[in-house]
Amino acid sequence: MQAAVFTNLALGLVLAPLLSGIINRTKAAVAGRKGQPLLQAYFDIYKNLRKGAVYSTTASWLFRAGPVVGLAAAVAALCIVPASGSAAALAFAGDLVLFAYVLGLARFFTVLAALDTGSSFEGMGASREVFFAALAEPALLAGLATVARKTGTLSLTEMISTASANSPELVLVLAALGIVFLCENCRIPFDDPTTHLELTMIHEVMVLDHSGPDFAFIQYGAALKAWVLGSLIVGILLPAFSSSRPLMLACFVGAMFLLAVTVGLIESGMARLRLLRVPQLLAAASALSVFAFMLVVR
Amino acid sequence: MSLLLLSLAVIIAGGCAALFAWNKPGLAGCIGAGGTVLGCALGIIPALAVLLQGTTRSLRCAWSMPCGSFIIELDALSAFFLLPVFMLSALAAVYGGRYLLKYKEIKRLGFVWFCYAVLVASMALVCVAANAVLFLLAWEAMALSSFFLVAFENEKSTVRRASWIYMVATHLGTACLLPMFLLFGSRAGSLDFDRFAGCLPPQLTGICFVLALIGFGTKAGIIPFHVWLPEAHPAAPSHVSALMSGIMIKTGIYGIIRTLTFLGTPPLWWGWLVLAAGIVSGVLGVVYALAQHDLKGLLAYHSVENIGIIMMGLGVGMIGWSAGMPAVAILGMAGGLFHVLNHALFKGLLFLGAGAVYQASHTREIDLLGGLIRKMPVTACCFLIGAIAISGLPPLNGFISEFLIYLASLRGATAMDADVAIPLFLAVGSLALIGGLAAACFAKAFGIVFLGEPRSQEAAHAGEAKPLMLVPMLVLAAACIAVGFLGMVAVPALSGAVSDILGFNAAPELKAAAGCLRSITIVSVALLLLIALAAWLRRVLLSGRRVESAVTWDCGYSAPTARMQYSASSFAQPITALFRSVLRTSEHAPAVQEYFPEAGSFETHTPDACFEKAYRPLFEGLRRLCGRCVVLQHGNIHLYVLYIVITLVGLLAWQMR
Repeated sequence: MQAAVFTNLALGLVLAPLLSGIINRTKAAVAGRKGQPLLQAYFDIYKNLRKGAVYSTTASWLFRAGPVVGLAAAVAALCIVPASGSAAALAFAGDLVLFAYVLGLARFFTVLAALDTGSSFEGMGASREVFFAALAEPALLAGLATVARKTGTLSLTEMISTASANSPELVLVLAALGIVFLCENCRIPFDDPTTHLELTMIHEVMVLDHSGPDFAFIQYGAALKAWVLGSLIVGILLPAFSSSRPLMLACFVGAMFLLAVTVGLIESGMARLRLLRVPQLLAAASALSVFAFMLVVR
Repeated sequence: MSLLLLSLAVIIAGGCAALFAWNKPGLAGCIGAGGTVLGCALGIIPALAVLLQGTTRSLRCAWSMPCGSFIIELDALSAFFLLPVFMLSALAAVYGGRYLLKYKEIKRLGFVWFCYAVLVASMALVCVAANAVLFLLAWEAMALSSFFLVAFENEKSTVRRASWIYMVATHLGTACLLPMFLLFGSRAGSLDFDRFAGCLPPQLTGICFVLALIGFGTKAGIIPFHVWLPEAHPAAPSHVSALMSGIMIKTGIYGIIRTLTFLGTPPLWWGWLVLAAGIVSGVLGVVYALAQHDLKGLLAYHSVENIGIIMMGLGVGMIGWSAGMPAVAILGMAGGLFHVLNHALFKGLLFLGAGAVYQASHTREIDLLGGLIRKMPVTACCFLIGAIAISGLPPLNGFISEFLIYLASLRGATAMDADVAIPLFLAVGSLALIGGLAAACFAKAFGIVFLGEPRSQEAAHAGEAKPLMLVPMLVLAAACIAVGFLGMVAVPALSGAVSDILGFNAAPELKAAAGCLRSITIVSVALLLLIALAAWLRRVLLSGRRVESAVTWDCGYSAPTARMQYSASSFAQPITALFRSVLRTSEHAPAVQEYFPEAGSFETHTPDACFEKAYRPLFEGLRRLCGRCVVLQHGNIHLYVLYIVITLVGLLAWQMR
């Protein structure tokens, strides 16, 4: 039990940055390019950790606190989310709410750090971030509530150890959570992590002024956030079907990589949505969750 | 019990003494604030004792009021509401003592302190009165004293308008309470509360409940009866806004709960009604808050939102109650009640912070502020804590009460039949939406007011608030943190109050919930440790390296100004645009004529749709109607005598019939 918890934590802490590498390689492969190294995210983080820092004269202590709180909250979220079919470090009834709100705390501080620079670009990114998050939050919690209804439990750990994706309702929930995953991790069709034009970005533009270790914290925190949301989806899709730990671990990691490949394929296949369309997609995610719930209680 | 009466007497005596010190404003402040603090300190002792021991104390005195009897009863429910009353009143009095000194040349502060003392004492009395006449007298004293406090700066026309709207609204609310109490009284044969329980036949309980919901809901600020809130709260002095928003509107919640205890197990539709009112108030409240340009107006709409959250908790609890699921009933009620306390803490803090900002910068316009975190570091820290708490984010107190409501809704949504599960599921979704929007709104409020560069001269020359204003804010901020981390201790203490409402023992269920809260505290502590670890790591990494300062990245533009920063209106624009059909924001932007315009302007204004579309036409129509009656009243005394004669003859004819 203890060992499983530590393996899961270690797995997340070590492998999280790999996901973006896989996504980028998939995109490169589809586009017929060679692409960046799989471990590029690790290199970036390492490079930034070794640098000094430049701070804006406008920025206050909050600007420095943003990345720190963001990273800490991502690690805390990692402790609440179960992975590879085994329990999370801490499981209790209602932990799904805490999970969503811990991520909310990270976002709140990232947004404040962006506003602290006084830059209009970062303000714009912050504004879009809170807007999308406010709409993604109901979809996430409604989706999780549906899974809770299906499995009759309020703790993520028990949900994931009993959920099975072979029911049509959970497929709807997975679709909703998939949309939330793309939105929260700033992937296409919500945000394009590869553009470097300030006006079009959301997450990337909020962190324009961060540098050095602060920026490394942000990159690592973002990777962890993708990992925890991913392990939620994978957990619902792939419940504990076997008691063999190595098999479960291998399947879990494989599924996470597959999720990254899927994201890469989605990103290759479609363009970023116009900002006006984004609320509609998020509302659709909520609608999917509601519909799934109706099917479950019927 | 005598301690409670003594505390009320001390508060009132302080107020009266302040009234006599009318020509010495400093002395009036000392006496008024001192009396309130002393009285509150005395009063909180019996409240805490009752809350912890769970015993009910009551006192009955002779009183020559017709139909009235002087009965006060202090049960766990009353004691729970007294807690924020005494706590916040004392802190706001300390703050007000310093805050009001700015007005000592132009205002009679003695009268203000008298009204303040009456307001505090009447709020306390409302919570303990156990006779309808006494209750209504206290209720009226509360309304009148707060009216005079709202009208503090009555030389401004906006303030006069606000106070009149408040006066009319609060009396329309009371107009619903009178028939409700009369209904109770006629059936029970007495106006004492202890005779009310279960006295009504089933066909009348529904009417009584709806009357209570409208009457008390007007005081609480439930949409669509909220229109006075965004007018009155910005108009009042900040410590009074804190008091009104933090506690006075909660007396409405207290009234609804107290009425529920008279009516017994509610039918299902009551719960749906309360939940629906909560969801509408919560979502629309925060959406309107996002559209505000006035910092205190924003906070006032957030009160509507938080009342919505409290009502959602009560609604979920009532649904669980009538559907026979005690766990849902207990957790929902406990969540709603706990949010009453938490909202008093963080909203009091935020209003005091807003007052400090207003006194330092002489403006409440969010778009004229900025960069105050460097000028007012302590105020900024306190406001940040309040902002995190009100957004319901862990590890602070707002999260704990919202978590209880989530837990109740999820319990119900996962275990009950479709007709009950679906409303509770909608509660989960709405709470998530409200949480997300509230975080957006406070990112805007804190980010634009305190961060970035000052957007006006006033903001640039602001200075930190005086220590006497900072201390109450620091205490409230500390309380927000403490309650956030000690949820597992605080929530079981609610069991007496929840049991009083539901009539069955809530302690075991709340003990079980405390287990969940303990886990939350573990995560919160872990979060703090992780933050400390990451901060330490950052410090180690940066030590000995080159750390420079430069301007914010501006894409190479050579002359950035503070006015180019993102403004509060633009920050909220995507959300207000999404909800434009509700908000009906009017925009004034003169069209640009030349190729190189020298000046441009853009203005948005979001009037309250309820006020503009419902109340204004209604009252305009009423005034036209009254205008027609003026024909009867033209000042000619002969005609008036004629009216009397006609009336007498009419009566005579009727009698001889």
